Amino acid sequence: MALQWVAQIVSAVLVIVFLVFFVSNVLRAAEARGLSLSYGFIDTASGFPLPESVLPYDAARPFGYAFLIGILHTLKVALAGIVLATLLGTITALARLSTNWLVSKIASVYIEIIRNVPLAVQLVFWYGAVIVQQLPTVQKSIKLPGPIFLSQRGLYMVWAKPTSSFGIWMIFVAAGVALAGVLYRVLSGYQIRTGRTTYPVATALIVLIALPVAGWFLAEGSPLYKTVPVLGKFNFTGGLSLTPEFTALLVGLVIYTGAFIAEVVRAGILAVSRGQFEAARALGLTSMQVLRLVVFPQALRVIIPPLISQYLNLTKNSSLGIIVGYPDLFFVGRTTINQAGRAVPVFVLVMISYLLMSLTTSVIMNIYNRRIQLVER
Amino acid sequence: MSTTSQEIARPPSGPSPILWLKKNLFDTWYNTLLTFTAVAFVYFALRGILTWVFVTANWAPVTSSFKLFAVGQYPTEELWRVGAILFMVSFLMGISWGVWGGTIRTFALALAVALGVIALLPIGLEKMGLTLRLSFLANPILIGLGYLIGQTPVVKGRWVLIGWLLSFVLTILLLRGFEGNETLPLVGTGLWGGLLLTFLLALVGIVASFPIGVLLALGRQSPLPVVKIFCTLFIELVRGVPLVTILFMFSIILPLFLPEGVRIDRVLRAMMAMTFFAAAYMAENVRGGLQAIPRGQYEAAEAVGLSGFQTMLLIVLPQALRAVIPAIVGQFIALFMDTTLAIIVGLMELLAVGKSVLQSNPEWLLLRSEVYIFIAAVFWVFTYSMSYASRRLETALGVGER
Repeated sequence: MALQWVAQIVSAVLVIVFLVFFVSNVLRAAEARGLSLSYGFIDTASGFPLPESVLPYDAARPFGYAFLIGILHTLKVALAGIVLATLLGTITALARLSTNWLVSKIASVYIEIIRNVPLAVQLVFWYGAVIVQQLPTVQKSIKLPGPIFLSQRGLYMVWAKPTSSFGIWMIFVAAGVALAGVLYRVLSGYQIRTGRTTYPVATALIVLIALPVAGWFLAEGSPLYKTVPVLGKFNFTGGLSLTPEFTALLVGLVIYTGAFIAEVVRAGILAVSRGQFEAARALGLTSMQVLRLVVFPQALRVIIPPLISQYLNLTKNSSLGIIVGYPDLFFVGRTTINQAGRAVPVFVLVMISYLLMSLTTSVIMNIYNRRIQLVER
Repeated sequence: MSTTSQEIARPPSGPSPILWLKKNLFDTWYNTLLTFTAVAFVYFALRGILTWVFVTANWAPVTSSFKLFAVGQYPTEELWRVGAILFMVSFLMGISWGVWGGTIRTFALALAVALGVIALLPIGLEKMGLTLRLSFLANPILIGLGYLIGQTPVVKGRWVLIGWLLSFVLTILLLRGFEGNETLPLVGTGLWGGLLLTFLLALVGIVASFPIGVLLALGRQSPLPVVKIFCTLFIELVRGVPLVTILFMFSIILPLFLPEGVRIDRVLRAMMAMTFFAAAYMAENVRGGLQAIPRGQYEAAEAVGLSGFQTMLLIVLPQALRAVIPAIVGQFIALFMDTTLAIIVGLMELLAVGKSVLQSNPEWLLLRSEVYIFIAAVFWVFTYSMSYASRRLETALGVGER
C-alpha cells in the first residue's frame, strides 16, 4: 500500500510540474512577444467580412458576434448533415440488404468508393470541379421540379416563410404533438394491461394531424407563405438560398458520412437473429409489424452507439469547410487569429466550442441509448 | 481443414444462370421494375464515365506531373534515395513474407504487382525513362529474393522486426541527408511532397503514436487516480476536437511559445500533430484490447508469481496488442486519408500538389475534375487494398473467434 501511495504522489507531482512548466512557458513567451492573453478584444470591431451569414453581419460588428455566427454556421451544416446523412445511410443500408442482386451491388460500390477517398478530396471535387465549374451560370440555371434552381451561385429553392400568425400556429402544433404523445402512451398502456385493441397509433396520428390543420384555419391569415425564387437581373430573389460553399460542404459531408452510416445500419439489422423474424411471423404479425415492433427496436440497440460516433465525426469534419471557404467556427477562428493576432485566447475558444458540441451530442445520444438498451435482470 | 468437410459443405451444384437471375433479380413484379431501373442507371452511368475517362477528359496535367505527385519538389538528382528506400521496403517485405507467410503474402504480392504495373505503365519513354522503369521492376525481384531468404531457418522473426524499425529511422535519415555532406546533401523538408509526404506523415503518426497510445491506455486503466484522470482527460479532449484544430495548434500556436532561437521544422510540426492526434485514438484501440483479456489471465499470472509489471509486459500486452492489430491497420488507413488536411497548414501533400499543378499552366486551370479524380483514385487504390488486406489479417488472426 505504501508503494501505491508513493507512486500516486510521484505521478501527481510529475503532472503538476509538467503543467506548471507548460503554463509558465506560455506566460513568459506571451510577455516576451507581446502576445495578449486577455479576452478584451471580444467586443472590438472584427474588421473582416464573412462570405455568408445567417444573421445580419458586417465588419463593424464585434469579434464575439462573428464568433457566434461561426458557431451557428457549424451547427447549421452539422444538423442538416446529420438528418440527411441518416436518411441516405438508412436507404443505402436497405438497398445493400435488398434481395435484388443489382441494387445491392450498386449500394456496395457507392459505399466502397466513398469510404476509401479522403473527405478533403471529395470536398474540393464537389466544390471546384462540380459546383463552380460544371453547373451553368445563374441565367441558365438547371430547373428541377419544385422549383429548385441549381447554378454556380448555389441552390435556390421554393420555401415556406413564417408570417405574423406563425407563433399562434406553432402553439397548435406543439399541443398536437404533446396530446398525441400522451394519448399514445395512455392507450397503448391500456391495451397492454387489458388486451383490448385501442388503436393507439391511429388515434395519435389523427390528433397529430388534426390539431395543426385546425390551427391553420383558426389562425388569422395563413401562418406560412410560399416564396418562390425569381430570377432577377443578376441573381435570384426570394425562396431559400444555399451558397455554393454551403452546398458543397453539405453534399460532401452527407455523401461521405452516409456511406459510413449505411454500414452501421446494415450491421445493426444483420445483428437481429433470423429466429426473431421467424418467431414474429409465427405469431401472426404482418411484415410491417415485424419491422416496427421486433426488428427495429433490437437493431437500434446495436446501431445507436456507432451512430453517435458518426454524428460526432460529421460535426468535427464540418471544420473542413475551410477548404471550400464556408465560414464555420474554425474559419472564423482562423480569420480572427490572422486579423487580430490574438492566437491563444481565440484558439482556446475554438477548442472549447468544439468540445462542448461533441460533449452535448454524446450526452444526448447516450441518454437516448440508455433508454433503449435492454434491461437485464 | 480437411478437404472432405469442404466437399460436404458444398451444395450439390450451383443453380443454373437462369434460375439465379429469376431468384435474384426478377422474383416479384417490383423487383423486376427495380432491376430494369438499376440496369438503365448502370448503363448510363458507365457510358458517361467511360466516355469521359477515355474521350473527353484531358489527362495532360496528370501524365506530365507524375514526379510531382509522387515526391513533390524532391530534387531529381537525389531521387535515388527514394528508390533505395523502396528497395529496402520491398526486400523487408519479401523477408517478412518468407518468415511469417500468411497474410503478409497478400501485402507483399500487392506491393510487387503495384510496382510492376508502374514499371510497365503505357506512357512514353520520354516521360518515364528506362532506368526508372528498370528500378521499379527490380522491386518485385527483390521481394521474391527476400522471400527465398526469409524461408531459410537462419532468419528469425525478431531480426526482421528490428530490421523494420531500423528501416524506419534509416528512411528519415536518408531522405533528409546531412548538412555539408558530399554524398548525402541536406534536402530540406520543404521540398518533400506528394505521395511520399502523405505516406511519411501517416507512418510517423502511427509509429510514434504507438508507444504513447499504449502508455495512455495503461494509464487510463491505472488504479492511481491522478494518472487515470490525466490520461482520460487527454484522450477525451483530443478526441473531442477536429484534427484541423490540432494541426493548427502545432503549426501556428506552438512556434509562438518556443524559447527564442528554437525552431521546429514545418513538416516535423505536422508530424507531431498527427502523432498527438493518433495517440488518443491508439489509446482507445489498445484499451479495447486490454479489456478483452479475461481476468483469469491476470489471476493465473499472479498465481505463478509474476509481479504486476511482468504480468503486463509478458502476459497481458502481447495478447492485447495481437488482438488490436486489425484496429491499428484501420487507424493507419484513416490517418493516411487524414493527411490531406495538412493542406490547411500549407504542406505539399498530394492534394496540395494537385492544386499547384492546376495553377502551373493556364490551360489546365479548368481541368479540376481530371486532377481531383486522379488523386481520389490514388487514395482509393491504396486504402482499398490496405483494408482488403486488413480484413484478411483479421480472419487470419482469428480476432473475435476466441
